[in-house]
Amino acid sequence: MSTIVLMTVTGLGLAALYFLVASGLSLVFGLADVLNFAHGLFLSVGAYATWWAAGNLPGAGPDGWGFVLAVAFGVLAGTVVAALVELVMIRPLYSRTIEQVLVTVGLSLAGVAALQAGFGADPRPFPRPSWTQQVVTMAGARVPLDRLLLIVAAVAVLGALLAFLRWTRYGLIIRAGVENREMVTALGIDVRKAFTLVFAIGGAAAALAGALSGVYFGSVSPTSGASLLIFAFIVVVIGGMGSVLGSAVAAVAVGLLQQFVNYYGTSGAGDICVVALLAVVLLWRPAGLAGKAATA
Amino acid sequence: MTTTPSALFKRFWPVGAFVALVLLPYSGITIPGLFDGPINSPGALQVLALCLVFGGLAAGYDLLFGRTGLLSFGHALYFALGVYGTDILITKYGYPLPLAALLAVLFATTVATALGAVALRVHGIAFSMVTLAFGQVGAILVARDPGGLTGGEEGLSLDASGLPGALVGVVNTVNLYWIALAYLGLVVVVLHRVAQSPTGRVFAGLRDDERRIGVLGLDPYRFKLVSFTLSSALAALGGVVYLLLAAGASPHVASSDLTLTLLVMVVLGGPGTRFGPVLGGVLFTYLDHRLTDFGGSDAVDALPGVLAGPLSQPLFVLGTIFILAVYFFPGGLAGLGTRLTALRRAVTPPPRP
Repeated sequence: MSTIVLMTVTGLGLAALYFLVASGLSLVFGLADVLNFAHGLFLSVGAYATWWAAGNLPGAGPDGWGFVLAVAFGVLAGTVVAALVELVMIRPLYSRTIEQVLVTVGLSLAGVAALQAGFGADPRPFPRPSWTQQVVTMAGARVPLDRLLLIVAAVAVLGALLAFLRWTRYGLIIRAGVENREMVTALGIDVRKAFTLVFAIGGAAAALAGALSGVYFGSVSPTSGASLLIFAFIVVVIGGMGSVLGSAVAAVAVGLLQQFVNYYGTSGAGDICVVALLAVVLLWRPAGLAGKAATA
Repeated sequence: MTTTPSALFKRFWPVGAFVALVLLPYSGITIPGLFDGPINSPGALQVLALCLVFGGLAAGYDLLFGRTGLLSFGHALYFALGVYGTDILITKYGYPLPLAALLAVLFATTVATALGAVALRVHGIAFSMVTLAFGQVGAILVARDPGGLTGGEEGLSLDASGLPGALVGVVNTVNLYWIALAYLGLVVVVLHRVAQSPTGRVFAGLRDDERRIGVLGLDPYRFKLVSFTLSSALAALGGVVYLLLAAGASPHVASSDLTLTLLVMVVLGGPGTRFGPVLGGVLFTYLDHRLTDFGGSDAVDALPGVLAGPLSQPLFVLGTIFILAVYFFPGGLAGLGTRLTALRRAVTPPPRP
């Protein structure tokens, strides 16, 4: 029983990471039709900026409020990079989908190489607050706190995103844009401002995922973004492009499936089951679980 | 039909270029700056052979991307099946090379047909994502080392005792060069024949507007599957040649990064053109090699740290070139000629009447 609780919480922690990366990907794809390979770069930028801030930024540190400040700095860095990428690199190629994908591919290759040049190819030990290493007892299982931190952060982001999409004017524009971009443009609304906003939101969520994955794995490396990104892609496709709620449901399914099969089957079998799940969902519902609609 | 010398040149220059490449190892000239030793030294031939293999791989990938309009992110899987399949059959089971290569390519083609049949059920970007996921399974399998077959992160070096003597050892690099050249020639000829055939016209039609092909009463799904299978078979064959060159398999060949580099090569060279992807593949591979040396050279080390760091990473330089190419040379290298001609016409004043 205690094993099952621990596995569930760990799987949900993994799902939280997937969701943080996938929500931004999903919104960007749903609204702007950009398949963003550079999203893993935003994650790495967030992780490295947090790592840097914890060591160098005055007031920030590896513990307590200092760590919160370091994470905030990382999220800010990810947001700024994502917004800049949209403004400088994606916007000139507006409505040329393939070229946009190509540019993000080039950016992901060059960005990882630049991070390697700056910080070295080897993983760096990540500063983690000491309390995240403690355990609490839940239903007889000893659960490390870092997993709960991941889950709480993801639920908070999910709630904030849903509230933003449902109750703000820009949320309305984004929801309408995902459904029918031409109509929104025809109504005289500059939908490209919403593109930048969606990129910034996605970058912030990915950077938060980067900082939290640093806490979870205990280290940060230039390629850590790429490995999470592929599973985030799978989550986006299963959940349905453009649907935040769909991404959340798919992330939970993928995280739990992966964790349980990897534990009870041979190592690596869980990853393959996830791909099998993707194939089944696509054959059954080609548009994903939620279809193309920004459900809020 | 006129047979002026220029028309003859236009028609037969690829044959001439091929013959020149066949004869290249007989010349001992040294090109300073391009290669470290004379051009027929084993080191230079090894780099050249790698360039030729990737030229062929990029051309094979272009059959999907540039000619049929299918953006696959899982091409590395079929390449890796060729590399690892042949390697495992030779090293672990002691098969002779021709039989191992044949079985590996056949297996890769079968897998490609099955997976392509599933992936092609969806369209556009979803197809790309599904191929990415399938490719990822290959990468995971290779890394997890099932049954001790693939050697995991270490890779699996090729057992040379099972190979013909003419393919083993540094002095025989020239034979590998010729094999690589033969592979490239085969790919180019196959693609040319396909492009000229009615099937090739259907591929071009699928790229431009799939619905139109459907309206003509042809089944787009079937033609896309043919393109996918043929392209994957060519990739698996390239995997066999690569295995001989690299004398072993490493997990990198199954990674999604490999597919992304193929995509970069094709776009740099010019998708959908006859020789653009080959050119892109050759140039990219060459630059990747030379930039690694260049990055460690004194000229770069003397630069301030902000510049020296990124410049010592070949992928940073190549990624940046690629991004710039997407913006400024949409047709790739192959489209450069026509663009320059147009530019020259625009700047020269018209003749006075």
